[in-house]
Amino acid sequence: MDIAVLQFPGSNCDQDAFQLFSRGLRLPTRYVWHKDTRLGGADLVVLPGGFSYGDYLRCGAIARFSPVMGAVLEYARKGGLVLGICNGFQILCEAGLLPGALIRNSSLEFRCMTCELSVEDAGPAFNPGALGDRIRLPIGHGEGNYRIDEAGRARLEANRQVLLRYRENPNGSLEGIAGVRNEGGNVFGMMPHPDRAFERFHPSRDGLSVARAVLAARFPDLIRQSA
Amino acid sequence: MKRAGLPPNPDPVLNQLVTPELVKKHGLLPDEFEQARRHLGRDLTLTELGIFSVMWSEHCSYKNTRPLLKGFPTEKSGATAEFGRVLVKAGEENAGIIDVGDGWAIAFKIESHNHPSAIEPFEGAATGVGGIIRDIFTMGARPVLLTNSLRFGELDSAATRRLLRGVVAGIAHYGNCVGVPTVGGDIYFDRSYEGNPLVNALCLGTLRHDQIRRGKATGLGNPVYYVGAATGRDGLGGAAFASRELSAESAADRPAVQKGDPFMEKLLIEACLEMMAVPGLVVGIQDMGAAGLTCSTCETASRGGAGIEIELDRVPQREPGMNSYEIMLSESQERMLVIVQAGREGEIEEVFAKWDLHASRVGSVTDTGRMVVRHHGVPVADIPASALTDGAPVYQREARRPAYLDESSRWTPEGAGLADVGIAGAQAALPRLLSHPTIASKRWVYRQYDHMVQHGTVVLPGSDAAVVRLRLGPGEKFIAISNDCNGRYCYLNPRRGAMIAMVECLRNLVCAGATPLAMTDNLNFGNPYKPENFYQLKECVAGLAEACRFFDVPVVGGNVSLYNESPAGAIDPTPTVSVVGFIESEAHITRQFAGSPGGRLILLGGAPSEIGGSQFLGIIHGMKTGDAPAVDLDAEKALQGFLLGQIKAGRVGAAHDLSEGGLLVAVCEMLFGPAPLGAELDLSGLPAPRQDALLFGESQGRVVISAAPADEPAVMAAAKAAGVPANPIGEVTANGKLGVRTARGPLEWDVSVLRVGWETSIETAMKRPGLG
Amino acid sequence: MKIKVYVTPKRNVLDPQGAAVGHALESLGLSGLKGSRVGKVVELDVEGADSPQFRAQLDKLCRDLLSNPVIEDYHYEIAGA
Repeated sequence: MDIAVLQFPGSNCDQDAFQLFSRGLRLPTRYVWHKDTRLGGADLVVLPGGFSYGDYLRCGAIARFSPVMGAVLEYARKGGLVLGICNGFQILCEAGLLPGALIRNSSLEFRCMTCELSVEDAGPAFNPGALGDRIRLPIGHGEGNYRIDEAGRARLEANRQVLLRYRENPNGSLEGIAGVRNEGGNVFGMMPHPDRAFERFHPSRDGLSVARAVLAARFPDLIRQSA
Repeated sequence: MKRAGLPPNPDPVLNQLVTPELVKKHGLLPDEFEQARRHLGRDLTLTELGIFSVMWSEHCSYKNTRPLLKGFPTEKSGATAEFGRVLVKAGEENAGIIDVGDGWAIAFKIESHNHPSAIEPFEGAATGVGGIIRDIFTMGARPVLLTNSLRFGELDSAATRRLLRGVVAGIAHYGNCVGVPTVGGDIYFDRSYEGNPLVNALCLGTLRHDQIRRGKATGLGNPVYYVGAATGRDGLGGAAFASRELSAESAADRPAVQKGDPFMEKLLIEACLEMMAVPGLVVGIQDMGAAGLTCSTCETASRGGAGIEIELDRVPQREPGMNSYEIMLSESQERMLVIVQAGREGEIEEVFAKWDLHASRVGSVTDTGRMVVRHHGVPVADIPASALTDGAPVYQREARRPAYLDESSRWTPEGAGLADVGIAGAQAALPRLLSHPTIASKRWVYRQYDHMVQHGTVVLPGSDAAVVRLRLGPGEKFIAISNDCNGRYCYLNPRRGAMIAMVECLRNLVCAGATPLAMTDNLNFGNPYKPENFYQLKECVAGLAEACRFFDVPVVGGNVSLYNESPAGAIDPTPTVSVVGFIESEAHITRQFAGSPGGRLILLGGAPSEIGGSQFLGIIHGMKTGDAPAVDLDAEKALQGFLLGQIKAGRVGAAHDLSEGGLLVAVCEMLFGPAPLGAELDLSGLPAPRQDALLFGESQGRVVISAAPADEPAVMAAAKAAGVPANPIGEVTANGKLGVRTARGPLEWDVSVLRVGWETSIETAMKRPGLG
Repeated sequence: MKIKVYVTPKRNVLDPQGAAVGHALESLGLSGLKGSRVGKVVELDVEGADSPQFRAQLDKLCRDLLSNPVIEDYHYEIAGA
């Protein structure tokens, strides 16, 4: 198992994401700098949270053109597993790997708090297993308001592409959508932070289960071992 | 006037005569100007005038306060154990550093950005955060947390709401983007801060002992590098600006406010830490903060006993046609000065190229002890470095006890014939106190701060102290941090009020299960040339120093901000204190929220007994008078030692000290945690000549703890043995009501109603119209 | 050439900033406000002459980077060609 956590200039949750997989799930994890053009056989590519390129122009708009993203697009096209957290989710939307877009929170303020989320039925690609129907994950973002046009929304629902929904909408997201996957079921994105929900002292440890859910369909044995 | 000994400046604008008028505009006294001329043995160039004016400004030189600050203890006394000892003392470098065991250390400091925040709240607060973060990573530490102390006027003013909104947004913008969690702090709303907001920002970082870096230029011929953002015309004269009082003219001073780029700072943090990890590469490093390139150059030279020569052509510039005056005094943000080991220039350039940052060699270290600045090859400034630093003037200001103290300190409620609060009055007072912005929930503020990034925040904002888990190599340690200062107490009794700021901070840490280690302070006062203000400053420093010495908690650094006054008057003296404490074991971490129904509530320290200077007196009676609450340092020490012992023995479920609002407010705050709770109190057995003093008085050295019924006897017995007064006052319930039996009759409130008022007060106020 | 690229939220997309600005303007006394949207202007100074090839390139850059076609529209003005 080989987990690659990308680092863009301004990523600031790269260490958090790294620790979630490395210490939380005890899986081999490494960093990949945004100027590298090869991913080197990763089993999961993680785009972490933060403010890549300062969120200038639009969140993720510039990161999406980073040298490493060519390799990520190719890897995803071939069915490789990708997880985007917060800013990572924004980058994946800008890159066209996930549908929709994230705009400014309806409150126009940054929100840092722990949210109750409903776990949706997203098909066999997202294997919640131990997640149950409800989890708690922290959010920390100023632009987490998920938007998509009506046709896109209908497709999301029809294809079971919604992973998580806010039970109390903290940012104005359409239909409370907090996380989605692509049609192919190999690219996942979510605004809430599983990387802030895995330590003993965190408000919840549901981040571990979410990370497992992303890996479980592809690597069932490994996940059982690391649990 | 004698011609200056240097050739004409390449920019003809700078060749004008240095007139007394110009000297005055630069904020230098005629005598100070004469001293500067004597240091040089000739006339000053305009660039040199600018350099002296910023380095000898109050903000940079502390000329009016240096003698006072010598009163602080800067090291631990007594048995100097390895653990917790001071590694870098106050005044030596950009931040102080203390040991935290196993070869690890923490660097931390607090600093103010009051005047810029008054003019442009967003950028003023943002750049304040940026500046303090740089002071930490310039020491070689990775920044891991931020806190802040904010003071504003009353929220019913649209201007104040605008300031609060801007300051909080600015702190959030910078801290969140740069990826350092803002985990705590304190905020007060009081009329005395109207027009003079206080924005004090603290940063703490971690490092190994062998990673400590100093702002020292040494090694003849070593290259001097400029790294980070390009230089523009930002904040010209910012340091000198902070030393003049605000007035209606200040709005036009906008160019003196800098604009920050947290993205640039994040890159700078990573690049600098990477560069400093290369053994032997970095000889010295300092950030360019107040007085930018000027300050960093002469301070590093001065500390190293060396000289530095720089060529301004090599300075990356963002705007065309900048002259030497502008380049030397610019306060563009996110820049560092690095002294590199000769021969290894390629290595530093490689690190900065990776991060797409400027790294330009601007000069060299010399052995002349002078700072020599050239522009287009022409010398434009040539000054002995130490003249600008150690050579700065020092003044002993006059102190005079303010007349108002005669009356206020003698005020008592009995003497004034103030009626005690009856049952109806008490019933009405509690919700009013809880919903006053100073006491009310600050959630509207801290939910805008990313307080969870770096995944190490253990106790989130809202409790007495923030607790953070430090990841140190393969291991981890837990620290607690708290900020405190009740300016009203300091107004009413400067020495004791300052002592209380310190003592309360220590108490908050102990309530979290921590042993206090070291302190940083930000002294916020008015114009020191007014003897009454200077009296307050002098007394406050004395009070802080006494408390520090008594508890053996050294001061490792801090900041002074003077001239916090406007035509309306000076602010209440506000010596903000922040103390860091160490928690031996995760099991000791204690929060202020009562856990579950059935917990017994015990009041430690005896019944509160005075209302001077209290929020109750201010909010209910509209009075700001009386003496500050009494302080008994021995009793405080006994209480804190006892409480920490009980926490370590596992008998304390929750602990919360009494402060603004007194006993009933403290109990409510214990009930406003995650679970919906209530409490039944019986205070009828406590001595209470006055009900208002019992219920709402702010006597010091009081803590309420909750303990399991099975543990209560042991706690009470231990308290008796320790000589700490302990009174069981009731228990936690699940009925959602706060019921209080008093000698005068019963009181009852619906906790959820109290909570709503407390929780929504600031949010509601901020929805009011008016952009200010 | 001096180019101004205007990027605005699509008509049918929620614009929380536009709404907030509108309310603020009304509270400052602006009456009869029927709509308010907040966008951005990107000003570019480019050597060379206006041409169909240049515009094709500019359009692609506007679609790829300067705007997000999912939620934004753009248009530009070229002066001093």
